[in-house]
Amino acid sequence: MQHAVRLDNVDISFGAAGKPLFRAVAGADLGVATGEFVAIVGPTGSGKSTLLNAAAGLLKPSAGTVEIQGRPLEGLNRKAGYLFQADALMPWKTARDNVAIALEIAGRPRREALERAEDWLGKVGLKGFGHRYPHMLSGGQRKRVAMAQVLIRDPEILLMDEPFGPLDAQTRLIMGDLLLDLWQQDRKAVMFVTHDLEEAIALADRVVIMSTGPEARLIGDFTIPLARPRDVSEIKLSAEFQELHRDIWHLLKEQVLKAYGNQNREERA
Amino acid sequence: MNRAVLTTLQVLVAVIAVLLWWVITQTAILGDPARIRFFFSTPADVFRQILAWFESGEIWRHLWITLVEAALAFVIGAVAAMIAGFWLARRPKLAAVFDPYVKAANALPRVVLAPIFTLWFGLGIWSKVALGFTLVFFIVFFNVYQGVKEVNRTVLQNARMLGMSERQLLRHVYLPSALSWVFSSLHVSIGFAVVGAVVGEYLGSAAGLGYLIAQAEGMFDIAGVFAGMFVLSAFVLLIDWGVTLVERKLLVWQPDDNH
Repeated sequence: MQHAVRLDNVDISFGAAGKPLFRAVAGADLGVATGEFVAIVGPTGSGKSTLLNAAAGLLKPSAGTVEIQGRPLEGLNRKAGYLFQADALMPWKTARDNVAIALEIAGRPRREALERAEDWLGKVGLKGFGHRYPHMLSGGQRKRVAMAQVLIRDPEILLMDEPFGPLDAQTRLIMGDLLLDLWQQDRKAVMFVTHDLEEAIALADRVVIMSTGPEARLIGDFTIPLARPRDVSEIKLSAEFQELHRDIWHLLKEQVLKAYGNQNREERA
Repeated sequence: MNRAVLTTLQVLVAVIAVLLWWVITQTAILGDPARIRFFFSTPADVFRQILAWFESGEIWRHLWITLVEAALAFVIGAVAAMIAGFWLARRPKLAAVFDPYVKAANALPRVVLAPIFTLWFGLGIWSKVALGFTLVFFIVFFNVYQGVKEVNRTVLQNARMLGMSERQLLRHVYLPSALSWVFSSLHVSIGFAVVGAVVGEYLGSAAGLGYLIAQAEGMFDIAGVFAGMFVLSAFVLLIDWGVTLVERKLLVWQPDDNH
């Protein structure tokens, strides 16, 4: 089977010259099939985002290989769209321009780019908000614009780094539904990083658990057989969901407690 | 505080100040009024002098000269500083080499340069433009440098992931970020352009507000000095107001509490 993303024995270390290396991720193996939605869950500081950045080409692994659609990744991952956790829109451009620029830089004429940007703003539920600057939008609306900006390029792979992390609980549910809605239409390969296990199960085909860092590893891999299309807020009430949650949480809890213990030790030290 | 109250209080400050000025030059509260009049003139004399300037129309030529000098100093200084700032911010090694020289040049009190500029560029407007340039350049330079260095990391990474080339990054990310810093220092840099022009005129010229003040001073015409100062203040306020209007147009994308 062709993998959209394939991480093979990936090590990622950070460090300044002369200091001992900080080995954030060790020996990570992960394949994301074409059209598969994979969520990566782990405690704070487990190197989830680090792994995602390696798949994006923003970070270079110190060992191991990253393959995109069967080819070793060189430089930035041009097949991927990346949805960041923090606000990533250009504050000096309106919502419409922020979305349109994604096409313009690929050489499309401005008129066409603006028209399609307007379409995409409609798809993410922001019809009529195109003239607003990011600071005039709420956090959830900015995230919608960011989604349109990433998706308008029609990337084959979607990388998401806790994209709904900064939003409130209700908005997260709505954004989850919107994401599934859009994803359902053309099923891109997705790597979705989150610390929220419920969100991961509700959205993904597969949930991968990362251990507490440093030297974080992938320690669990669960298939989520819940039927699609799903309703993110409803599905959490089903018995099947609860059972999956219990199983996975059992494994995750250990890591969370360990991470918590590490933190407390560091604080005392 | 609403607008009307604020304006009333603001006007009240001016009225009280002028009133105090008038009282000490007319009565003996603070000593001999004739002596005080020699050092501080009187509100009426100053007002008459300003009126005379505008009636004869001679002031317009001086205002125009100062305005042209300040505008040229600002435009040339800002453009040069933007090019230099961009260039150095994108080349950290080069910036490290030049760092002490930039700091040394900036630490130099610009007034000492005025005689040299007069020597180099003559008594006309260009020696004043040069002086204003040295003031404007460093303010804009440091702001551009900072603006390029402190581009939001997420915005930059996002732009990269969207597929921007280096040139596109420059145009859509670095330049707007740097410009926002330049605009936020617009009041200061334009103010300095005027300072450069006036100081230059004061130290040697044949026209401009600085020349007017220097002339009056040379003849112990205190009313003329004060009149020149008042016209200069009004002139700067007017320019500042214009800058605010421009700024509001250009920085619509920034949240209100930033300006």
